[in-house]
Amino acid sequence: MAIDIASKARPGDATGERPWWVRPGVHTGVAGAAVGYILGHLLGNFLSSGYAQNALSDSNDVPIVLGYALAVLGWLAGLGVFNDLFRMVLGKPLPEVTHKNGTGLAKYFRYTLDHKVVGIQYLFGMIGYFLTGGLFAMAIRSELLSPSYHLMGPNEYLMVVGEHGTMMMMMMSSVILGPFGQYFGPILIGSKRVAFPRLEALGFWLTPAAYVLLLSGILFGGFPTGWTGYEPLATQAKQGMDAYYFAFGLMGVSMILAGFNMIVTVINYRAPGMRWSRLPMFVWSMFTVSFLQVLSVPVLVGACYMGLMDRTFQTALFSNQLGGSSFLYEDLFWFFGHPEVYILALPGFGIISEVVSVFCRKPLFGYKVAAAGMLGVGILSFFVWQHHLFDSGINPDMRPLFMLTTELISIPTGFIFLVGMGTFWKAKIRFSIPMLFALAFYFNFLIGGISGVFLSDVPADTTEHGSFFVMAHFHYTIMGGLIFAFMAGVYYWLPKMTGIKLNERLGRIHFWTMFIFFNTTFLPLFALGLMGMPRRVFEYARNLETLNDWVSISAFCLGVSILIFLINFVMSMLFWREPEVGNPWRARSLEWQLSSPPPPENFERVPVILAGSYDYGVKDALPVAELHPPAGVIVGAYAGTGAGPNGTEV
Amino acid sequence: MREPRHGLRLLAIWFVLALVADLLIWFAWYPHLPPGDMSESAKHQQFDIAVLAVMAAPVVIAVLLYFGYAIVVWRAKPDDDGDGEPIYGNTKVQLIWIAGTSLIVLSLAVFGTVELIGPAGAGAGEGPSPVWKLAGTQTASWTPGGNDMLQVQVIGQQWDWTYRYPQFGGMESSTLYLPLDTPVTFHVTSLDVIHSFWAYQLGVKADANPQVDNVAYTTAKQLGGFTVRCNELCGIWHGAMYNYGKVVSQTDFQTWAAGVQDKEQADGLIADLPAYALTYDPTVLSELTSSNNINKVDGITGAAGYYYPPSDPVTP
Repeated sequence: MAIDIASKARPGDATGERPWWVRPGVHTGVAGAAVGYILGHLLGNFLSSGYAQNALSDSNDVPIVLGYALAVLGWLAGLGVFNDLFRMVLGKPLPEVTHKNGTGLAKYFRYTLDHKVVGIQYLFGMIGYFLTGGLFAMAIRSELLSPSYHLMGPNEYLMVVGEHGTMMMMMMSSVILGPFGQYFGPILIGSKRVAFPRLEALGFWLTPAAYVLLLSGILFGGFPTGWTGYEPLATQAKQGMDAYYFAFGLMGVSMILAGFNMIVTVINYRAPGMRWSRLPMFVWSMFTVSFLQVLSVPVLVGACYMGLMDRTFQTALFSNQLGGSSFLYEDLFWFFGHPEVYILALPGFGIISEVVSVFCRKPLFGYKVAAAGMLGVGILSFFVWQHHLFDSGINPDMRPLFMLTTELISIPTGFIFLVGMGTFWKAKIRFSIPMLFALAFYFNFLIGGISGVFLSDVPADTTEHGSFFVMAHFHYTIMGGLIFAFMAGVYYWLPKMTGIKLNERLGRIHFWTMFIFFNTTFLPLFALGLMGMPRRVFEYARNLETLNDWVSISAFCLGVSILIFLINFVMSMLFWREPEVGNPWRARSLEWQLSSPPPPENFERVPVILAGSYDYGVKDALPVAELHPPAGVIVGAYAGTGAGPNGTEV
Repeated sequence: MREPRHGLRLLAIWFVLALVADLLIWFAWYPHLPPGDMSESAKHQQFDIAVLAVMAAPVVIAVLLYFGYAIVVWRAKPDDDGDGEPIYGNTKVQLIWIAGTSLIVLSLAVFGTVELIGPAGAGAGEGPSPVWKLAGTQTASWTPGGNDMLQVQVIGQQWDWTYRYPQFGGMESSTLYLPLDTPVTFHVTSLDVIHSFWAYQLGVKADANPQVDNVAYTTAKQLGGFTVRCNELCGIWHGAMYNYGKVVSQTDFQTWAAGVQDKEQADGLIADLPAYALTYDPTVLSELTSSNNINKVDGITGAAGYYYPPSDPVTP
């Protein structure tokens, strides 16, 4: 939002555009959503009155689910998502898709088809998600200050736990692919645009809807299942459960759309010379993650859909008593759920690889190993999901196999460490803030990864499964890994995205408080889990109180650290506005060769890529790209092949 | 100044640190590692955690040591804005790394499999048809002294645990008594949603699924009390779903169990309870028992004295 605050130009001044309030935007979207919800609710009442009572929860969920569905459609229609579709149906010509930034702030509140605008939208959206989820975490830790309930009743506690977990999981899957993937993916491959700008923008505009829908569960008393939504507890739950299924499913659709767009963009829109062997690691990570999303998330959407069917129209897909299977839900959920955790881990690997190379002033060690590591993790992640179900009562024949695959996945994960460590060998290390976060990433992810090996071993897992040990493990990999990488990305790329840099001193305070308090918060949780504290309980053994109090106080300090980041972010963006227009990190990669922020359409001409972006310390290294190739060069290169670089204007 | 041999230095420091850490883990920490050694399965879990810690410590130390060394030795001097040496990779290092990690990982997988199969599933729930069975004589009535397998059914419901002993007339108890040195088969099931039976000190964990008989094995090796908690989120009072168990000598167990059986027989409770089965459908059960006082006597029978009425909250 801070991006164009200095710009005095207003839409409509010169171009004759209509003023913002009569054009589709957030306000018309909200109106559409309200109308849609009312219509859906009425329709649901009409369809289901009298017969479709959910017998387990004694509630009628059809009006709510239909209300949600039409509210989402109304929101999208109000935003103008379907306008081009209607134009096509009516046979009217489509307006030209431009990737030029408009002027003013209004473009950030609209269905804008510019990947750089979408990236900024994602950045603010995901920070909003993260802060909301973080507040829920603070509430959880407040409740855990004592071993019996004092702040919240059991129902409120589970509501907060569920909202925290689900909100964070929905956010984490888009927190890097959203802001940085959409913004820098096309730039890093030398493209002026993404393949499917409409899908991309739609992917973003589903996330605010999912956010509101998930929170709307609170109005119905929340959902008691945590972020996993296990059946048949979910069928027994009150109407807040619909919010979980609908919002999570909706976020799933957003992830699929973002994934498709990224895959096609990376395959088809690379500039001439951008061979696969020159692809920046960050793009490799986005590419792999997109495949994981496209292949695994549909299973989640299906599971959420089936869960909603169980709740509304009384199918019994997940009810053991009626011929369904609660194991089916567990399998579907974790078939998505395990690739999901690598959807969270891989973008971190990508950002960290970029940052480490720049601040070590060295080429990335073992480029092919790094790419192979990502692909290996991605492929293996589809074959490990039953390690979440070692104690579940599923037939145990496959347990040795799933133990093996789970442990195998630490080989490609180890590649990432090899690449990092090799790059540090005889380097010239600069401790900029992104580099500090990268180092912290290795530290946290090491602990997270090693604790994962403990969980893969069936006998050890029998003690650790479902306890605070698991909780500590995945907070180390997700918060300690992904969020630290995200922060590295923010400090590294924000000057490029906005032309403004964050305050250095506050940034360092933010890093050190976050690193220290993250570890003092989550390291003791391993011990708590091993001492027998299950997840998602507020009644725990008296002798664990001291340790829990320590964790809670650390968690509040961690919250303060995030607050410092927020203050830095808001003050730097809105008030201090310290410009940073050059190449402050002296980075080679393509995005840093452009102005800050990059010009409309990124490049005047499609660049010709001459070298990889990691050639630090190489004498007479070629620049990474020729940004102004003479006209006709690219056409000449493609002459006679019958092909041309798609979507590029030569 | 001659470039020092970093690799050798690192290796020497690492070796000393890793050796010290492993010795400390094995000799000082191992006896205190959870879940203790109260039963066969707990012992194996403790052993596995110790072995994994011994494997993990050198790896963690290696990585942290390396990064710490790099930060100290290879940080750029304040006035130096040059680049590092352009090293794009090193085939030997990469091959050693891949071979090393593969070796560790594969040996861990073999180790885990042996530790899973040897102790009959290592206390984890094996589902209705267990593959790795614990040795013991299957008998209709349990007697001390031999190697009779004790059958215990664990029934979870929101939010309580009930234990049923088929070899003692199908009597029920809300405290889990177990005899020492006796192979035990747990049949874990649920009446409503998914719970998880976690006898922490015994090292047993098995999900309680409705309509599913989930089997787990253990053999208690020490006298004393233990805790049972629910380990799978099952609704608002999930955290309060715990009770206690006790390991007693075989003769004490025989006396206790026979005593409870006699009392419940005399009270007419056993006759009122549904026949012992591996799973129960509460809908059907309440029809079977609608004419008698199953919910009311002593407050302890019929899975903690209470089966749900048909529509709340189990099935339509």
